[in-house]
Amino acid sequence: MRLSYPPNLRIIRVPCTGKVDVIHILRAFEKGADGVAVVGCLEGDCHYLTGNLRARKRVEQARKILDTVGVGGERVKMFNLSSGEGPRFAQYAQEIFATVMGLGLSPIRLAKQKQQPGVEAQITELGVQKAAAV
Amino acid sequence: MTAVDVYNKGLQDRKAAYIDYPQAIPLSFTIDQEACIGCGLCEKMCLAGAITYEDQERSTDLDVGSIVLCPGSQEFDPKDLDYLSYGTHPNVVTSAEFERILSASGPYFGNLTRPFDRQEPKKVAWLQCVGSRDLNRTGNGYCSSVCCMYAVKEAMIAKEHAHSDMDCAIFNMDVRTFGKDFEKYYNRAKDQEGVRFIKARIHSVIPVADDSGDLALRYFTESGELKEEIFDMVVLSVGLQIQESTIDLAHKLGLELNHYNFAKTGTFSPVETSRPGIYASGVFQGPKDIPESVVEASAAACAAGAPLAAARHTCTQSVELPEEQDVSDEELRIGVFVCNCGINIGGVVNTKEVTEYAESLPGVAYAGINLFTCSEDAQNNMKEIIKDQKLNRVVVASCSPKTHEPIFMDTLEACGLNKYLFEMANIRNQDSWVHAGNPEAATQKAKELVHMAVSRSATLSPLHEKQIPVNERSLVVGGGVAGMTAALGLADQGYECVLVEKEAGLGGLANKLHKTIDGTDVQAALQDLILRVEEHPKVQLLTQTIITDFRGFKGNFTTEVLVGPEMTSRKIEHGVIILATGANEYQPREFLYGQNDRVLTQMELTKQLEARGAKDINNAVMIQCVGSRNEEHPNCSRICCQSAVKNAIHIKEENPEANVYILYRDIRMYGLLEDYYTRARSLGVLFFRYSLDDMPVVNEMENGVSVEFNDPVLGRRLSVDCDCLALSAGMRATNTDDLASVLKAPRSDDGHFLEAHVKLRPVEMSTEGMYVCGTAHSPRLLNETTAQAKAAASRATALLSQPYLTLSAVTAEVDPDKCASCLICVRSCPHSVPRINQDGVSEIDAALCHGCGICASECPAKAIKLNWYEDTQIMSKIDALLEEVV
Repeated sequence: MRLSYPPNLRIIRVPCTGKVDVIHILRAFEKGADGVAVVGCLEGDCHYLTGNLRARKRVEQARKILDTVGVGGERVKMFNLSSGEGPRFAQYAQEIFATVMGLGLSPIRLAKQKQQPGVEAQITELGVQKAAAV
Repeated sequence: MTAVDVYNKGLQDRKAAYIDYPQAIPLSFTIDQEACIGCGLCEKMCLAGAITYEDQERSTDLDVGSIVLCPGSQEFDPKDLDYLSYGTHPNVVTSAEFERILSASGPYFGNLTRPFDRQEPKKVAWLQCVGSRDLNRTGNGYCSSVCCMYAVKEAMIAKEHAHSDMDCAIFNMDVRTFGKDFEKYYNRAKDQEGVRFIKARIHSVIPVADDSGDLALRYFTESGELKEEIFDMVVLSVGLQIQESTIDLAHKLGLELNHYNFAKTGTFSPVETSRPGIYASGVFQGPKDIPESVVEASAAACAAGAPLAAARHTCTQSVELPEEQDVSDEELRIGVFVCNCGINIGGVVNTKEVTEYAESLPGVAYAGINLFTCSEDAQNNMKEIIKDQKLNRVVVASCSPKTHEPIFMDTLEACGLNKYLFEMANIRNQDSWVHAGNPEAATQKAKELVHMAVSRSATLSPLHEKQIPVNERSLVVGGGVAGMTAALGLADQGYECVLVEKEAGLGGLANKLHKTIDGTDVQAALQDLILRVEEHPKVQLLTQTIITDFRGFKGNFTTEVLVGPEMTSRKIEHGVIILATGANEYQPREFLYGQNDRVLTQMELTKQLEARGAKDINNAVMIQCVGSRNEEHPNCSRICCQSAVKNAIHIKEENPEANVYILYRDIRMYGLLEDYYTRARSLGVLFFRYSLDDMPVVNEMENGVSVEFNDPVLGRRLSVDCDCLALSAGMRATNTDDLASVLKAPRSDDGHFLEAHVKLRPVEMSTEGMYVCGTAHSPRLLNETTAQAKAAASRATALLSQPYLTLSAVTAEVDPDKCASCLICVRSCPHSVPRINQDGVSEIDAALCHGCGICASECPAKAIKLNWYEDTQIMSKIDALLEEVV
């Protein structure tokens, strides 16, 4: 469908959102991502039955940790859609982009950039997508 | 050039060069000959030179042993029914058009919109049976079987898409939600979502005069009152019918069609056409929904395959692969192949820049550009480069791994490289296509995607797909019509089959049946079936046998059984298992059953009619849905309406003076059964609708019973003294509590075994190598049971016919040194694969693992890795992406 969405997302393929671990999400923030979207099948329609429900819990867990350390849990969000819903994917991409733009650069990045002046501020966002295998 | 988008039902235009729809296979462009003006522009523009205007239809001769016909159907075109305003007012659409309106890939991108003013409708009516159950105006006397269910679904989805409260009303004669668990869906629509269901005959749909785009729907209620209601939009639930082209094809092939042009088939030969060797499936055989069509397609494959079993594997060609080279001690030499994909990528992304960037990355020994990396010459070139440059990791930056990964993996294997030493960067679907307006950002993103892929490729190590042998023997549980048909299906394909039955004799519930509604002699067919099973050299029959233990995995199961009155213990090794445990007739507790000898079940009435005829019956009353569609047992039993009509016709034909009253809630004479409903009414059988909150009342009398009920047409209470009260008692699945627990096979609330996927895998169970058919799956008629049994045999054959099974290498693996036996993996696995082994640590059987990675992420000790998706491999991508960010 070639629907456009912001070019600041990068997709990392996993077999199921059930494979997405809290450490993967936290690693992205540690390395300077401004936001993470976990994109899986619709609830009740998981190719592996319960993977997306586990992912939802882990996303909640990651949010709590990010809140605690002051990065902000709202920078991580779980999205659910079916593989036939291109327009919805584009919509979700816009949504997470708008959220993260609203929040600005991640505090981790800001802190690290202070130590390394001269690095141009630029929003980068990381999307983690379930392998569209359905 | 623009043309009408036929796929989107003419609701929008498309180009003359087009892809039919997003999921089309093959996903490639075609030229609409009718719209093409032959300007030659596309031929000049196509860099791959893929366009030839001179292409002509070619005829090819094929030598085949069997033919399976699945030509499908077309929707009824309602334009001639002028009272419905279809084709003259844009807000009257067919259900197929409404499907496209709801679809995310449809003309309005899934926004619920009415065509007239592109506003969201607030009030939508569905009119059922347009072009079905209508001999007067359309000549289609059959029920299309699918429209009730899709109308309910469309109403539910419309409500979901609507931004505010939406009023959905379905105008119907009967709601026919007779499939497995369909009734629960209907109840949810009615009771929870507030979809209105109105019993009505449609008078007309007339546009409202004020140009609002609204429509006035006039209809007659059941009591004959004319009513009018205004709707924003009207959806016509159009039926299915056979196309002219299919009728021509059938005539060419010399097949007999019935009076509605569906293929003629038999009860015990539901996919065999009148011409031996030619098989029919899907709607061509009779109106049906997707699950039944999929079942029948498999059944046809089984029937078509049996006479060809001897020729299996004789035309197979196999590819010789070079021996795999060991790269473990080699220094990293990564090759990056960047694809222009014609102008798909190259037109947006600066691929030269991306290639130069790739060359600069650590470990990269080669980077180059191709016009089309997937083309045959580019593949050959790639093989040369891999060998010349001694590459040991390969990255292709092109399109989606979903479509192209297997092609490139084959190329690696052809060079002696392990195919898992490969990674793709999707710089087309995820980049050039979606950021076409921003080439600079797209080029930057392409570089980062390549960087991520290169980093991951460096972490990859070879993986090997295990091969396991397949035991060709099969086990079928249950010796009824389903079990015997499945056993013969397998045996006729050349596979040994062990058929176990818990009773002393074969036949199951069919032993109590006499004739089908179309007059087929069930007992004769059953005796024939039993004889074939008993005499077939490949079938081993074990009666009075129960299953006590079940172990193993697809292709290699071991089942322990106790055989005969002596309970001899036996161990059976087999590759597949088919469950055909059947059902029984419900024994009613309602309506004086068991207390008065004039109260019978339909099966008992059939027996009585066969034994002593209908001469002594003066007044017969039948009550439908006894023990079905109620709180205790919400599902519809599917077969009882036709049982009642069958017995009613029997009575009226033998004794026209007798009165037959059928008290029903919805008459569910789906598909071609509708003809018998019509026949029953023409014979004078009287039908009265009752509802759950106004049940018939049965009172005992001296010589029979009296039944009191409400007649909604007259609006009066009637009382009938009858000498025969037949209760249409539903079907109940055989009690399989013990068996299900031994097999760990999931069942529904009402005891039916659960299929892996309702639509796509209707006879397979979630345990691979396990199948279900017949009334163990859901209530069904003999022809449907036979088709499903053949389907199960067919799916089992697909597994058994492989010399060995290749297991995915993407499976989870436990590091025993790190495992603390905390059982978290055991509990989290959706397929219950991990077990604690003799050494006290978790073990994951690669043959059973589905490769989702849930356990790997749950494991607190990080003792589990998912091959090809190890944590280091995922994190390498994150690290590469964000390398320069902070």
